[in-house]
Amino acid sequence: MGEVIVITSGKGGVGKTTTAANLGTGLSLLNKKAVLVDTDIGLRNLDVVMGLENRIVYDLVDAVEGTCRLKQALIKDKRYDGLYLLPAAQTRDKNSVTPEQMVKLCEELKEEFDFVIIDCPAGIEQGFKNAIAGADRAIVITTPEVSAVRDADRIIGLLEANDIKNPSLIVNRVRHEMVRKGDMMSIEDIIDILAIQLVGVVPDDENIIISTNRGEPAVSDNKSMAGQAYRNITRRILGEDVPFMDLAGQGNFIAKVKKLFGFRSA
Amino acid sequence: MLQQLLSKLGRKRSSKDVAKERLKLVLIHDRANVSPQFLEMVKGEIIKVIRNYMEIDEEALDIQLTKTASEEGDGVVPALIANIPIKSVKNAGRSF
Repeated sequence: MGEVIVITSGKGGVGKTTTAANLGTGLSLLNKKAVLVDTDIGLRNLDVVMGLENRIVYDLVDAVEGTCRLKQALIKDKRYDGLYLLPAAQTRDKNSVTPEQMVKLCEELKEEFDFVIIDCPAGIEQGFKNAIAGADRAIVITTPEVSAVRDADRIIGLLEANDIKNPSLIVNRVRHEMVRKGDMMSIEDIIDILAIQLVGVVPDDENIIISTNRGEPAVSDNKSMAGQAYRNITRRILGEDVPFMDLAGQGNFIAKVKKLFGFRSA
Repeated sequence: MLQQLLSKLGRKRSSKDVAKERLKLVLIHDRANVSPQFLEMVKGEIIKVIRNYMEIDEEALDIQLTKTASEEGDGVVPALIANIPIKSVKNAGRSF
């Protein structure tokens, strides 16, 4: 029996889809069987981020409505063993699926997979309700910006109101140099405000844009900082105790020298 | 380091501190889920109780949710501030 993890944030554009793609891929790289479910009906993107857009025949709505069997709608990622994608429908809307149908879908997928990763749409309406309906746990994504943290707080409240206890947090697009200068909230600041458990910190990394351009998740790129962060998160999801990356090491020369002498301002 | 030193000296605050403080305040409102109707209800109840003891200027009564420095002085806590102008204290409320 697998586990259903919903990736959510409230605010759009903070990296839900990228995170879902990287965690799913990361899990398959660690020999877990994982399926990525795009619940952003009408605005699907997980397919392009994964580079699987040309392989779609059936989608989530087809599977739920019985137009096809669930297995027919699952796209096997040939690059990563045990990784599948269930794409969202593009020409329908969020009301095409009900939370009850999502619960049933998740139950079926749990039979087959170790992990069901649900990519949640932005917002708190029907799409969000569908996405969290069958979830066992939630990962909330935020960036170190007031708008994203505020929305994350709202989402945490809604998750708890829907009996999804103890969501964990990923802080995305952290720019260490700005944090050091006091121009970006630090991880500690954000944890202080949101008061939930941290599962990962992903540095702002140009490689993410490059890997998204190519449709290849950064987690499989050994040179990418963000990829390393996602590999760490994947292992933490599996219960390993992985120390958090020292982003300071990636700063400029002065930051490195300061670190050498034990000065750490952030 | 320098940033912390500067803020201790009370000079220009770093933008992240501004962000954090603004966030804390907005979240107090978000979390409390305080709607104008809610405040009206609280206001109505307060008027009812106080009316037993004193005559107040109900029109000028002002109540709002705001923030205030915590007792420890290290942060901000939500506070319900009510400004209730008293017209007169009723006899029942006077000490004998």
